[in-house]
Amino acid sequence: MDILCAIDTGVLCGVEQWFTDPAQWTGPAGIPVRLAEHAYYSVVALLVATAIAVPLGLLTGHTGVGGFLTTSLANFARALPTIGVLFLIVLLAGIGLVPVLCALVALAVPPILVNTHEGVRGVEPRLRDAALGMGMRGREVLFRLELPVAAPLVLIGMRTAAVQVVATATIAAYVGVGGLGRYIVDGQARQDLSMMLGGSILVVLLAVATTLLFAGLRRVLVAPGLRAEAASAR
Amino acid sequence: MITFEGAAKHYPDGTVAVAGLDLTVETGRTTVFVGPSGSGKTTSLRMINRMVEPTSGTVRIDGDDIRGQDPAVLRRSIGYVIQQAGLFPHRTVLDNIATVPLLLGWRRGRARARAAELMDLVGLEPSQGRRYPHQLSGGQQQRVGVARALAADPPVLLMDEPFSAVDPVVRASLQDELLRLQKELRKTIVFVTHDIDEAVRLGDRIAVFRPGGVLAQYDAPERLLAAPVDDFVESFIGYDRGVRRLSFFPARNLTLDDGGVFEEEDRVERARTAVEATGVPWALVVARDRTPLGWVSARQLAEAPTGVVLGGLDLAPYGHTFNVATDSLRAALDAAVLSPAGRAVGVDEDGCVVGFVSQDDLGAAIWSVSE
Repeated sequence: MDILCAIDTGVLCGVEQWFTDPAQWTGPAGIPVRLAEHAYYSVVALLVATAIAVPLGLLTGHTGVGGFLTTSLANFARALPTIGVLFLIVLLAGIGLVPVLCALVALAVPPILVNTHEGVRGVEPRLRDAALGMGMRGREVLFRLELPVAAPLVLIGMRTAAVQVVATATIAAYVGVGGLGRYIVDGQARQDLSMMLGGSILVVLLAVATTLLFAGLRRVLVAPGLRAEAASAR
Repeated sequence: MITFEGAAKHYPDGTVAVAGLDLTVETGRTTVFVGPSGSGKTTSLRMINRMVEPTSGTVRIDGDDIRGQDPAVLRRSIGYVIQQAGLFPHRTVLDNIATVPLLLGWRRGRARARAAELMDLVGLEPSQGRRYPHQLSGGQQQRVGVARALAADPPVLLMDEPFSAVDPVVRASLQDELLRLQKELRKTIVFVTHDIDEAVRLGDRIAVFRPGGVLAQYDAPERLLAAPVDDFVESFIGYDRGVRRLSFFPARNLTLDDGGVFEEEDRVERARTAVEATGVPWALVVARDRTPLGWVSARQLAEAPTGVVLGGLDLAPYGHTFNVATDSLRAALDAAVLSPAGRAVGVDEDGCVVGFVSQDDLGAAIWSVSE
């Protein structure tokens, strides 16, 4: 098993030993539990952000009202340092999961909101004209035309948000609620490079898995006509 | 019947899109709104399905003010075809066509069955129903657009420059298709175009709009070409309106010369005698089944040795022919102009020669119908 240690006795060997240590895979501080915590925080943050950003983006995109304001706010929010938001909310609300989720949601909302808004705005005017001219009402135009046509862009926004959330959920460790960030924070405290690297690798793998998940979602949720159209436009 | 009563559209910035339109669109006929850009033709069309609300005046369908109806309900009863079709990219062809039936609450199965029927009507292969719009050519997309507008069998069809984005060959075939459909369906069609040729080809009645949203002339196409009311209409129609007007007169009333037609086995001297007697400088040679072969000149006949058959001579090409039963004077004139003999060859449905007519005789015929 000691493949890496056979060719290198330094850092890589240390990381391999860290991963292959049986103790690493059991107990409340083991990799499975930390991975589950991390994924759980990420999924909750993404769902909450989606529930806020998609309806808001559909509304501003469809009506054209408040579009400038929301996209400006979203871009402003993008400039906020997530760790700053976390500590601010911890100061206001105390230690716990809520500040972590708030910080992650604040991170995830902007890309989803902007993409949903732009996706709906970007529906060709002649398609909207055709929809209205055939007798669709506002709600029908939104759900039968604008949302499905905007879906690819909405999903890209969610994917961007999800990868950022997965990468940033490491900050949960700063306020003591676990996740893969523990390995990075604890490794740093103990000067244990193998542990820090191991934790980082797990985060990267989770981010890659997230990207793959969205590629799958795209196949399910985006109409074939739009998938191929986007492909030929590229 | 669609009636515009002083219908006007003024925008707050002072622009006048339509300046008080009074016009009646007849039921079951094709009415074309034609004019340069900024003449209010599209705005007038869009008043009919309330995509534009007039700032003053009234639009009625069969006597009822359309403002009495919910716009969405009204629009579901009016077919709407737009430029470049405007098909939904995320839906299959079949589901695109089924849009209005589904809005009307039909069950999906019934709506799709109806959509399949319409694909057949507009000349699309059933296998194309499962494709997506981007997989179709521009002409096919526009056929889908027409099918979609007809899906709920509306009595009125609004067509806003539907064929302007396709190439001329496809456009001509789409126009033919529309004429064929209209013969069958007898819808009340309002068709907007900036192309006067398209208007003359498709319209039972043509409304010419001038810039500023004013109706300049409303007439049957042959009247429009014969008697434009003013300089604007005349210049808009173009310089060759006289020739184009000939499309409205059938060629079947022409008197054709069949004395100068000979079979390829006939001997030279027979044609020579006939040509010398009539003074016509050309004779037409046909095959035994009466399909045309080509022209022989009086000079060739004079110089050819006696006893030779006509088919053995060097014949001049006969150019293109016109169909005596179905073509117009315009086609006959065109055939005469392009013929090396200055004579147009008239054929029947089977392509057999009926006779020929000279440019002079055509001229006389044109004079007589122009009166």
